[in-house]
Amino acid sequence: MSEGHSTYTPKTGIERWFDARMPLPRLVYDSFIAYPVPRNLNYAWTFGGILSIMLVAQILTGIVLAMHYTADSTLAFNSVEKIMRDVNSGWLLRYLHSNGASFFFVAVYIHIFRGLYYGSYKAPRELLWILGCIIYLLMMATGFMGYVLPWGQMSFWGATVITSFFTAIPLVGDWIQQLLLGGFAVDNPTLNRFFALHYLLPFMIAGVVVLHVWALHVVGQSNPTGIEVKSKTDTVAFTPYATIKDAFGMIVFLFFFAYFVFYLPNYLGHPDNYVVANPLKTPPHIVPEWYFLPFYAILRAITFNVGPIDAKLGGVLCMFGAIAMLFLVPWLDTSKVRSAVYRPWYKLFFWLFAANAIFLGWLGSQPAEGSYVFMAQMATLFYFVFFLVALPVLGLIEKPRRLPNSITEAVLEKNKGGGHHPAGATAAPETKG
Amino acid sequence: MSATDIHDPNRRDFLYVATGMAAVVGAGAVAWPFIDQMRPDASTLALASVEVDVASLTPGMSLVVKWRGKPVVVRNRTEQEMKDGEAVNLADLKDPIARNANLPSDAPATDANRTTPGKEAWMVMVQVCTHLGCIPLGQEGEFGGWFCPCHGSVYDTAGRIRKGPAPENMAVPVFQFISDTKIRIG
Repeated sequence: MSEGHSTYTPKTGIERWFDARMPLPRLVYDSFIAYPVPRNLNYAWTFGGILSIMLVAQILTGIVLAMHYTADSTLAFNSVEKIMRDVNSGWLLRYLHSNGASFFFVAVYIHIFRGLYYGSYKAPRELLWILGCIIYLLMMATGFMGYVLPWGQMSFWGATVITSFFTAIPLVGDWIQQLLLGGFAVDNPTLNRFFALHYLLPFMIAGVVVLHVWALHVVGQSNPTGIEVKSKTDTVAFTPYATIKDAFGMIVFLFFFAYFVFYLPNYLGHPDNYVVANPLKTPPHIVPEWYFLPFYAILRAITFNVGPIDAKLGGVLCMFGAIAMLFLVPWLDTSKVRSAVYRPWYKLFFWLFAANAIFLGWLGSQPAEGSYVFMAQMATLFYFVFFLVALPVLGLIEKPRRLPNSITEAVLEKNKGGGHHPAGATAAPETKG
Repeated sequence: MSATDIHDPNRRDFLYVATGMAAVVGAGAVAWPFIDQMRPDASTLALASVEVDVASLTPGMSLVVKWRGKPVVVRNRTEQEMKDGEAVNLADLKDPIARNANLPSDAPATDANRTTPGKEAWMVMVQVCTHLGCIPLGQEGEFGGWFCPCHGSVYDTAGRIRKGPAPENMAVPVFQFISDTKIRIG
């Protein structure tokens, strides 16, 4: 459906003038108005639009906050307090930005799990998926460096722990860590460069998002059945169908976001970050932001040496390996069927994986002692088993359910058993034959 | 000569290779300052030495000074702590190397090698966990030495790693007693 020729016809003189010189209106029309989307997309598909809105919101609030923030280790903490107390509406902008980061990750996790459940990463969408993984990596780097800027205790010690990952690398580890920090410990040079990079990376994310959307518009969207679009009746126009659905999804999402901003602004943060950074005292219980907790649990789960790899390097390798798994998913999954809807065993393993990821997140928030360590080791094992064993093996041995012949057939079949709409009802337009 | 070589290298081939090499070396020379600027700068390196007056420390007392942005603990150990440290069998140690910058890099991690000759009561040590850089708490944990609250590493009274994820004993920095009551670190 992607290579369908343009249906744009310029109507006014100005439009014709532009179209002959730089066909931007044509691009917008073809991408966001006439663009055909599968008629059966559910609300899980609204998160792409929600993520775009969150990126724009983070950039806008971030630029405004940067006008009041001071990236100097002696002034940073107080400048954030000044934003909260003195700057007009500063409290709101900062809470929007800090909670916005969390909700950005909420949306991206739903978006990623959507892709895993419906097999959206399968050919021909491997590159689309990998561009998404790169965006996720950039988001993690941005989120981490942003959390350092308020220069509280968690900022400082989070930065210390995370940059210390690199000391696990044999021979050159210490040199790399000093290169990242600009010193022997986290200090003013670190804060300055993190601020510069925290300002830069969102624009790099925006650049990769453009590539992500470009790749999407070449191969077209997948859909809950995982069957490719075969005829025109399988699709509806982006506007109004997807636009309105995306807009409604955004409103509901922003409602939850606003609830946190106004009623629970510090719920997802940590009280220790309202204590100014002290290089001589580690808080008794260091935890990263919630969106890193599953990986933090994996890092701490490796408490034993394996051959020449000591526990520290092993933990760091497992943590980065856990993220690297995502990049390999298109080739680890051997199944010919995309969607978990038609894969009973994969569906089971998917939900076990989702539960396991949440369990790992909870373990990451607990102290690394006693039975927590053993549970984290088991959960880490399952995390890797899902990718390295379940994905390749299930595709070979699982007997998928019968696939419908087309998206249209799947939609009409589903509707046959359900309630009947009065003729001409506007609800569920996707089911109209 | 292989089958793909259809002509002898001529002057043009030489110019291609030479131009390519010059471009690579030039790109590297331009890239290096961008990487080099990230390394610790001159003012950071200038803070590489501090002097500490330890006259007020009676056995069982510690003080912490900041050296290169990191805490260095100076501890006047008790008789019991020294005895505990000496009683350890070297084979029980997770990291058998002294990690003492004043000694050869392969010195064994005996209690004496973790201190300085004639001043065995004094531990001078970078109080930074060798796992991921947290500050361990003093006189805690099952070996009566240091305990790191972040990921549960336990050190003994000579700062040697005994349990937990940390791979190495805590580092002993370059230091010397410049008088009976004064230590220079770095």
